Amino acid sequence: MHPISQPVVKKDHTEKMAGSAEYVGDFYSTDMLHARFVRSPHPHARILEICYPELPEGYCSVDHRDVLGENIVHVVEDDSPVFEVDEVFYVGDPVAMIIGPDPQRVKALAAATEVRYEVLSAILDIDDSDTVFFDYHYGRGDCEDAFSEADKVYEEQFSTGYQEQAYLETQGMSARYEDGLLTVHGSLQCPYYVHGAIAKATGLPKGSVRVIQDYTGGGFGGKEAYPSFLAAQLGVAAMKVPGKDVRVVYDRREDMEFTSKRHPSRCTYRAAVKDGRVTALEIDVRFNSGAFTTLSPVVLQRGIIAAPGVYHVPSLKVRGRGLRTHTVPTGAYRGFGAPQTFFAIERLMDHIAADLGQDPLDFKLAHAAKKGDPTSTSGIYHYEVPLPEMVDKVCEMSDYRAKRAAYAKEQGRRYRNGIGIALWFHGCGFTGSGERDFIKAVVGLHKHADGTVEVLACNSDIGQGIKTTFSKVVAAELGIPYDQVSYGNPDTSRVPDSGPTVASRSLMTVGELLRRAAARLREEWVDGQEQSVEEHYHEPDFMLPFSLEDFSGDAYPTYAWGVSAIELRYDSLTGANDIVGCWSSFDVGTPIDLAIVTGQMEGGVLQGLGYSSMEQMATDANGRIRNNSYSDYIIPTSADVGELAVSMHVVEFPFGPYGAKGAGELPLVGIAPAFVEAAEQALGARGINHIPLKAEEALEYLGAAQKEAHR
Amino acid sequence: MSKTQGSSHDGATAAVMSAANEAVTTATLPTTAAPSVRAVSVSFVLNGREVTWEGDPSAKLLDVLRDDLRLTGVKCGCREGECGACSILLDGVLVNSCMVAAGRVGGTEVTTIEGYCTTERFKVLDATFARRSAVQCGYCIPGMVLAAEALLSANPHPTEEEVRTGISGNLCRCTGYNAIVDAILDASKEGEGLW
Ligand code: FES
Ligand code: FES
Repeated sequence: MHPISQPVVKKDHTEKMAGSAEYVGDFYSTDMLHARFVRSPHPHARILEICYPELPEGYCSVDHRDVLGENIVHVVEDDSPVFEVDEVFYVGDPVAMIIGPDPQRVKALAAATEVRYEVLSAILDIDDSDTVFFDYHYGRGDCEDAFSEADKVYEEQFSTGYQEQAYLETQGMSARYEDGLLTVHGSLQCPYYVHGAIAKATGLPKGSVRVIQDYTGGGFGGKEAYPSFLAAQLGVAAMKVPGKDVRVVYDRREDMEFTSKRHPSRCTYRAAVKDGRVTALEIDVRFNSGAFTTLSPVVLQRGIIAAPGVYHVPSLKVRGRGLRTHTVPTGAYRGFGAPQTFFAIERLMDHIAADLGQDPLDFKLAHAAKKGDPTSTSGIYHYEVPLPEMVDKVCEMSDYRAKRAAYAKEQGRRYRNGIGIALWFHGCGFTGSGERDFIKAVVGLHKHADGTVEVLACNSDIGQGIKTTFSKVVAAELGIPYDQVSYGNPDTSRVPDSGPTVASRSLMTVGELLRRAAARLREEWVDGQEQSVEEHYHEPDFMLPFSLEDFSGDAYPTYAWGVSAIELRYDSLTGANDIVGCWSSFDVGTPIDLAIVTGQMEGGVLQGLGYSSMEQMATDANGRIRNNSYSDYIIPTSADVGELAVSMHVVEFPFGPYGAKGAGELPLVGIAPAFVEAAEQALGARGINHIPLKAEEALEYLGAAQKEAHR
Repeated sequence: MSKTQGSSHDGATAAVMSAANEAVTTATLPTTAAPSVRAVSVSFVLNGREVTWEGDPSAKLLDVLRDDLRLTGVKCGCREGECGACSILLDGVLVNSCMVAAGRVGGTEVTTIEGYCTTERFKVLDATFARRSAVQCGYCIPGMVLAAEALLSANPHPTEEEVRTGISGNLCRCTGYNAIVDAILDASKEGEGLW
């Protein structure tokens, strides 16, 4: 283990432990104004008129007429408005806002605001969608040939549901406009995304906008793009009431219903098999984007690049579509499109193996890519693919092989066990050339005369420990104590744009820039002097340039790898399951802090287990999310998993600091297919191709299996 | 209690300290008291100090603590009794403060993280949570720490399973719970005699 992996006390431990860390809802001011949205009750309608109730002194309304800049919240494209003008596109679409000093009164006034609509027809299901936001294609080899020569062709359909980030702190933002400066602070992942969005919506020059990240109570992708919306809306409001703080903190129901969540998916996979090998895959991926494009293009890109999984399949034909529906826009959630397609490919491989009478794990290993093999986009796996060793480790931890064989032979009368295993990767950093072409990250270090060094970057600590790991990297490179390095919550008036806190890029990409900056500072170090250094991103030379036109080249510089085995025990009377254990091996390169990385892995695995089973989000006849509270949207508790064990495998990445790769998203990505494989074995079922897998359904599968047995 | 100006860190700290330092604190509240409801006066011991609060007795204790008494270490994750972020100790018993009416706390002892963090027991938990890196985003943590206190004071030597059950009313979306459970188990050993 590299010495840098040795855990330290996290930089933000003390204030978070003692409850003195201030999240956006904790700030206090005597003249705070609270904001409440007026939202569309219809999935699709024309706005005829907005009638505000009489507003008492100190209260005011805010709508599109108050947008002084462009009525656009910039995400990737520019189709989302700050406030709707003449049409609404999903239940919850913001039409207006009421602001004022008393939150109860604001709420009542928002409820009393009457908007007259002409209801229009709505499309709620992607099968009915008539708008394709994005349609991507790529491939290689000759699929037609492979299918015509195949011994056998398999075709299956897969579907996955919404997943809500369910960060413990809901979305919240606060804005104040004073002396020509608009200051916005809140719960967010990407200060400069927010900064750009506000400038566009308010028409203020960039220098007149300041964004500060407050302590943030979890993000998981949910605070990547959505805070740009809130900040644009509040920024517009704040400019109407100069000199006052305007704040919105969502209640849980509002947050669950109207903020972005994971894209539900439907995928169709066709596989050609010849001589026991998969020779070709034809893949059709469809994601429900909801009403606006937001992050769908990039989520979809990652999803389809991961669609063939970790396998080397000679011929590929992949299509991916992001489809519009009149539902809440979907967006970033840890894994970013990959959990959906990994679910599909892993299930497909399990089923083909079963049909061929082969052990699914052996079948998968026989197809797994190796160093030097082409990636799905005809890039190269430049570094070691450590899956065989990781599989061995997981087998040892879980006793997978013996259990798999035992449960295949015999099951208990009441309790039935099953075990499954999945293999996956997560492409580290931005997809394609985004880092080089769009982000162009800049970092700085500032050394004070007393020898303390401050990190200047804008990556936000949302719980993943970036304050600590950045500081460790800089301290190690400078050869100074960790306590001598500090990294506060980013403030755009003080720090450069080192890019967003997304894509498992912060530590690998920005951390490496900081390491390089620290190496320079070490050389230039003069005791007793204030000194600054800056460092800019350069793409590593070894990469095959990626083209989004035809999805060719290295989509990622390197990959983080995951293997998990999951054992389930079903009660055949109730259909309820116990998660007996989940054993995983992860390779994220050098852990910059073993305790932090382990915590990230465990947390991600648990979210994956929730995604597989209990986290269900249904919609009503208007496409509105029905599971809008922690009593309806159940997330795992401390009592839900028997054993959750994680082991780290290290393949160092020479272009990450001390060999670190991306980590944050990896652990969630491949949990669901392992879970469902275990469920299939326990339930004696075949072809369970959807998640979440509910307890009621388990009973049906059990009933069917028992009937089969009695025949 | 003193009113503070501006939305600054200092403002909030000043308000918290005034609640903790003055022997009797009275707050009149624009936020939680609806004008039509008759305000009542409620006296209780908050983090070791007697306070008197006036307002609508049906107000949520969570709002009273956060908005009126400025104890923002009490977090709000749902307001519906489902997440445990707002956990406090009421006469030593762990409760969700969003499910307690302010009128009910007259004559009780209320402990929030702001009070608890000055204790010897906290120091032990602080050290074990730090060593295990059990704090990620931190939003569940004040509630989680008080859940740990409630558990250990009822059962100073819990098994892992008892810890898992004991904190199962406190949701954490970040950690996967292992580090928190281990930190509590470590504290039960290292704090021998304290609980
Ligand atoms: S805020 Fe009280 S239980 Fe969630
Ligand atoms: S540390 Fe984030 S919710 Fe527990």
